Amino acid sequence: MMVIREAFSAFRRAPLLSVLGVVTIAFSLFAFGLFGLVAVNIRDALQTIENRVEIRAFIADGTPVEASSAAMGDIHAFPEVLSVTYVSQDDAYARARKELGEFSDVFEPGVLPASLDIKLKPGYRDPTTVQAVANRLKSYDFVDDVRYGEDWVAKLYRLRTIATLVGTGLGVAFAAVAVIIIGATIRIMVMARAREIEIMRLVGATNGFIRMPFVLEGFIQGVMGGLLALGLTWATSTAISHSFMRTEFFDPALATAGVIGGAVIGLLGSTFAVGRQLRRL
Amino acid sequence: MSLVRFLNVAKEYPRGGVALSHASFQLHKGEFAFLTGPSGSGKSTILKLIYMEERPTAGDVWVSGVSARDASRKEVSMVRRHLGIVFQDFRLLEDRSAEANIAFALEVTGTPADMIRQRVGRVLTQVGLASKGTALPRELSGGEQQRIAIARALVNDPFVLIADEPTGNLDERATRGVFQLLRDINTAGTAVIMATHDLDLIRRTEYRTIELNHGRLVYDSAEAPPVEKAPSAVSPSHHDENPI
Ligand SMILES: Nc1ncnc2c1ncn2[C@@H]1O[C@H](COP(=O)(O)OP(=O)(O)OP(=O)(O)O)[C@@H](O)[C@H]1O
Ligand SMILES: [Mg+2]
Repeated sequence: MMVIREAFSAFRRAPLLSVLGVVTIAFSLFAFGLFGLVAVNIRDALQTIENRVEIRAFIADGTPVEASSAAMGDIHAFPEVLSVTYVSQDDAYARARKELGEFSDVFEPGVLPASLDIKLKPGYRDPTTVQAVANRLKSYDFVDDVRYGEDWVAKLYRLRTIATLVGTGLGVAFAAVAVIIIGATIRIMVMARAREIEIMRLVGATNGFIRMPFVLEGFIQGVMGGLLALGLTWATSTAISHSFMRTEFFDPALATAGVIGGAVIGLLGSTFAVGRQLRRL
Repeated sequence: MSLVRFLNVAKEYPRGGVALSHASFQLHKGEFAFLTGPSGSGKSTILKLIYMEERPTAGDVWVSGVSARDASRKEVSMVRRHLGIVFQDFRLLEDRSAEANIAFALEVTGTPADMIRQRVGRVLTQVGLASKGTALPRELSGGEQQRIAIARALVNDPFVLIADEPTGNLDERATRGVFQLLRDINTAGTAVIMATHDLDLIRRTEYRTIELNHGRLVYDSAEAPPVEKAPSAVSPSHHDENPI
């Protein structure tokens, strides 16, 4: 009870310092949040592109429909395969007309071959797997040719690898900077109360007891800073969506993780800072 | 049983050399002892060893039976709850009232609120500042601030009051007042050990005097009093004719 009262009385006694703590945590996490937003959106964009990875197995003219439909069952049973769609010559013609728009006259109906369009499950869209599936498809007699845009699949993967590496590196750096700044702020707050800690020790308060209000205060500030950062990030995301381009926001789990992260930083930061102060005295 | 017992104590600071060596003495229930000696002779070091801010490098210190060598942090906290500690610079929290400063000592040791109120009222009266409870430290004179600090030290009913130059920052008049307060506290049964430079205070009373020089106990009026009286001390066999 005394602990909770002390934690809140810290806000009352030194509101400026407490607000500074919350604001520091908020802005550090906000910077991290903005970075996270960019990362999430790049990831989503790459995901959207990746979803388009498709293998097209062209069927030789004159293949009986039964042959290809029998094969469809086999192919669907491949562990990598999400879906198989039969595209008839007519379908292919209709699709080409739609895609080419004003140049739709270049094809005569019946010129484009029928095909099996195969989508792969997530996690099986890397160049090696795509190539392996393509090779298996080539072994069917009725398959004339297999296309999957080998160039851009490889490029996409290279881009994704780079984005992941750069993202992780920057993320760690941002997180480290946030933790350092928040840690320094909390240390200032603890140092401002060094005399209080000193007297607590002289009158026989246990270290655990001394630590508690600071830890609780750090936790509360962490949660408040985290929520504030989440609000700021959300506002930024919404503003960009409205005036610039549609952006994805964090899903609830990630948003919650962010706030919990703030709370943990606040909690650990003040625990370490008080521990340091207790050892110094 | 002695409240405080030093046995062959040496204290060497990591950076600063030997502050105390071969120190042995005991402080008994209800005793009043002066600790005197030149600056840097080890007075504060002895007091820090009593409240276990420092641990002995050699020998051992027992405070109410707890050995400073083996005491855990928790035990140190528990020992301190039975000590009252007063400093030259008062060490009050500037942002709260006199009452709140005194109550603080009880709050952080988990005393129930109604008992806190009652005890704070009692010690404020005891130090003669019943009317100043709500004053902030900066609204009090130096002497008054020291009385509040003494009240804070008393509020836990300590068996030893440790005072490190409690009158060092006070003028003549305030010094007398604070010293009289310490004597009254002692008369009421609390042992007092007080470090001081003020030879006047020492001469005025018949209290035990322990003198230090370069970290050594050079005189203790409670031990076989030397034939040649140390200049700064009065032997206990003499009765002070006119105290204060
Ligand atoms: N924390 C410390 N680290 C290193 N040396 C110290 C420390 N505290 C005290 N000393 C040294 O130990 C010696 C004794 O110091 P102490 O404070 O006990 O003296 P004192 O008798 O209280 O002096 P004063 O009358 O000036 O208060 C001094 O030489 C001092 O420099
Ligand atoms: Mg000293």
